[in-house]
This record gives sequence, C-alpha cells and structure tokens, in this order.
Amino acid sequence: MNELFHTPLHALHVELGAKMVSFAGYAMPVQYPSGVLHEHLHTRSKAGLFDVSHMGQVRVEGADYITAATALETLIPVDILGLEPDRQRYGFFTNDAGGIQDDLMISNRGDHIFLVVNAGCKANDIAYLKARLSGVAVTEITDRALLALQGPAAETVLSTLNAKAGSMRFMDVASLSLAGVECWVSRSGYTGEDGYEISVPSAQAEAFARDLLAHPDVAPIGLGARDSLRLEAGLCLYGHDIDTDTTPVQAGLGWAIQKVRRNGGDRAGGFPGADVILAELGNGAARKRVGLLPEGRAPMREGVPLFAQVDDEIPIGMITSGGFGPTVGAPIAMGYVPTAQAVTGTRVFGELRGKRLPLTITSLPFTPANFKR
Amino acid sequence: MKYTEEHEWLRPEADVIVVGITAHATTQLGDIVFVELPEVGTKVAKNEEVVVIESVKAASDILAPIDGEIVEVNTDLADTPALANEDATGAGWFFKIRPSDVSQIDGLMDEAAYNAFIA
Repeated sequence: MNELFHTPLHALHVELGAKMVSFAGYAMPVQYPSGVLHEHLHTRSKAGLFDVSHMGQVRVEGADYITAATALETLIPVDILGLEPDRQRYGFFTNDAGGIQDDLMISNRGDHIFLVVNAGCKANDIAYLKARLSGVAVTEITDRALLALQGPAAETVLSTLNAKAGSMRFMDVASLSLAGVECWVSRSGYTGEDGYEISVPSAQAEAFARDLLAHPDVAPIGLGARDSLRLEAGLCLYGHDIDTDTTPVQAGLGWAIQKVRRNGGDRAGGFPGADVILAELGNGAARKRVGLLPEGRAPMREGVPLFAQVDDEIPIGMITSGGFGPTVGAPIAMGYVPTAQAVTGTRVFGELRGKRLPLTITSLPFTPANFKR
Repeated sequence: MKYTEEHEWLRPEADVIVVGITAHATTQLGDIVFVELPEVGTKVAKNEEVVVIESVKAASDILAPIDGEIVEVNTDLADTPALANEDATGAGWFFKIRPSDVSQIDGLMDEAAYNAFIA
C-alpha cells in the first residue's frame, strides 16, 4: 500500500489493529478487531469514531458570503444564499443531463463557504469549481483531518469537552475549542444517528482522537460499518446509489432542492441540468430509488438485477447497495425500479447465483433516524 | 482431522466425513450472516462449489473437498449463521459427506501442516 495516501490517523489505526484497505487512493481502516457487526451495533447504541479525513475539505470565498453563494448556486441546485450563518445543508453538483457529479455538505461560515466532498470526487470537484467560478477563491484544505463521532452517546462525550457542543441543533456548525484543539464542528453525519463531524488540525488529530477514544462509550469504527450504517439509514453512497447517470429526483433527493430553486421560485434553475431536473420535479421521474427487503436470509448486493416477474427475461432495474443490516437483523438493499413499480409492498425478484428470489419494496430508511432536530 | 488449502476441516465420523471451515477462515471472513447449504442427497465432485457463505461484507464459495454424497447438513446454521464464527470446528459444521473414495482425504494436510500453512 506504499502508493496510497495516509490520513493523519494512519498510525493510530494500525496500532488499534485495523484491517487497512485501499479506498479512493487512501489506506483506510475497513474494520477493527471487534468486527463490522459489533462496530455497527456499538455506533447505534453508544458512539463510534470514524476517520473521514480522506474526504475533501474545501473553502469557497468571495468578496462576501453573497458573492460566494451566488457563484456556487450556478453549480448546485440548493438554496445557498438563504442558508443562515452557522448552518449546513446537503447538496450535489449536477451535470448538463441532470445527473449527479458528487454530493456534498455546504456550510455558511459567515465570511466563507465550507464544503465537504467525497474522497473519490474531490480532485474533479476542486478543478471544476476553479474552472467554473470566477470572482471567488477555491482552496482545498489539506492541513486538517476530519473525524465523525456518531451515535446516541456522541452528545454527552463531546459536551464533556465543550458544553456548547450539546446546544448545537442538527445541521448547526460552529468553531469550538475541544480539549484545547481548535475544531470546526457540525452536528451531522452519515449514519442516521445523532452526531458530529469535526475538522481538526492534522498535527493534533491523533491526540484528539485518543482523547475521544479514552471515553468508555467511544469505539473506533471502520468503513465496513460506515457502509452498513448508512445503508440502514437509507443514505446514498456516491458511485453506487447515485452517479452521473442518476438525477436527484430519481434518487429521491428532491427534498434537497428548496422551493426558491424550483419553478416559480425567485432563483429557479440556473444550475447544470436544470431543465431535466425541474421537469422531473414537476412530472416525476421514470425510475425511483427504493428500499428492498429480500425474503429469506441471503443478502443481495450491488449489481443484482431486478425482475418484475419470476420468469421475466428483461430486468426492470438493479440493486445499487445491498448487504446485511445488523440493526434490522436481516438483509437489506436499495436499488432502482420504474416509478410505476416503486410502490411499497410490491414484490420483485432478484437474480442471485442463478436463482430468482423475491424481495419486497419498502420505504426508507430501514432504521429510524435519530437526529437532534 | 484433515485440512484443505481452502481452509476446510474434515473430521471422519463412522462412515461419513463432517466438513466445516476453520476458525482462521471465519476470522478472515468476518461476521457470517448467511450460509447456503447443499441439499441432502446431492452428489458432489471435488472442487465443485457446494456452500455459499455471506459475511457482512462479501460472499464466498466453499468447494467440495472430496467426491461423495451430501448425507446431512447443519440446519442450525440457517437460523444462526454466527455459529460458524463462534464454534467453527464444533456447532458450526456445514455438512456431512459420504465419500466415494475415502482415500482422497489422505492427501490433505494434518493439523501441523495446516498451522504451518496459515502461519
């Protein structure tokens, strides 16, 4: 793994016995000795600490917030101008066909906008921002790690370091001193649990992570459990459930496009693929992302074709994420089917090892979200 | 007990051979959540896919270690696949096979050879 980038927590992962894998050009922990199942359940019941330093942290700065927000709204179909200071919002870059180029978090940091983008897309995202935006400075932040503390105990743990952490609401952002470290904190995450994402100066990241891990409720969690947690939470993984061929409406992410950017809104359209996406918001899309519950115990994973009838020749769609849901205690999956079939309770068939096995279309998420609204 | 390079163990018992996978293999696979067993009465040839194991992260195949007929499968694994993790060489056995040529197991590794193999 000599060719891979290391995050500032690499030595700590190795010391903790993590199994390291290559992910988006980084050596990342996929699991620790306790295993994916235990890590998953620990996060749901206590608090899990994730290294997400591979993700891109980007600063977008103009003459003022309005300049930067106005510029970004040409690329992202989200109400960024109307985002209050110290608040965060989920969004995505779209392409001219209405497909999703990446999904990201957008924070109003007062004098600038802070973005967190996917590891595998960050080089493209930054080049794209620089090429497409004028009058704003786009800077990749390379001297900070990013940690996520997720789970019902996260609030108590972080509040012991700074009481202000506890008073943050879901999607609030703040600069907080935590154990003497200057941190950029957001009350968010990607597990369906309450929790925080914490940007920490690289030089202090390991000591900070050790401080958090010293708490009896905190355990290190790898990418394996991160994937099963986000799947149970019905959250899309870029490159799997969403990609350049998937529109936000097909993906069930229309909620992230605020009224002001839709037809009839003050700043309707003006982003790549707006004609396609706004038409789909009005008329519906041809296909939709759905939850799928395989009958029986066999997990059905990404790539399994879906059929309307057990002996049909032509598939109607495909599973884009699937596996075993440790909290659900059963196999779970997400995938795309034609909108006419995307009705809860509809039975479809997945082809697994040459056999057609039934699945039931279900609403998402598989486990209820636990956010502090 | 005999072992294959695919991390199966074989334990002769009367006129059949009990087959499972080693603790080393279950550790590598991680938490096992599903085991698809063959049907009793199936005749299998050596190196034929006979069992599918799904861990939290991935699916893997187990190959028949010898020629023979499946005479019993561990139905407890259907309800409690984690038995394979918890008691790999005991309650987590997969199937019993009646060998068509019992001498086929002679060429397999013994415990010392297997331990050296995974070391």
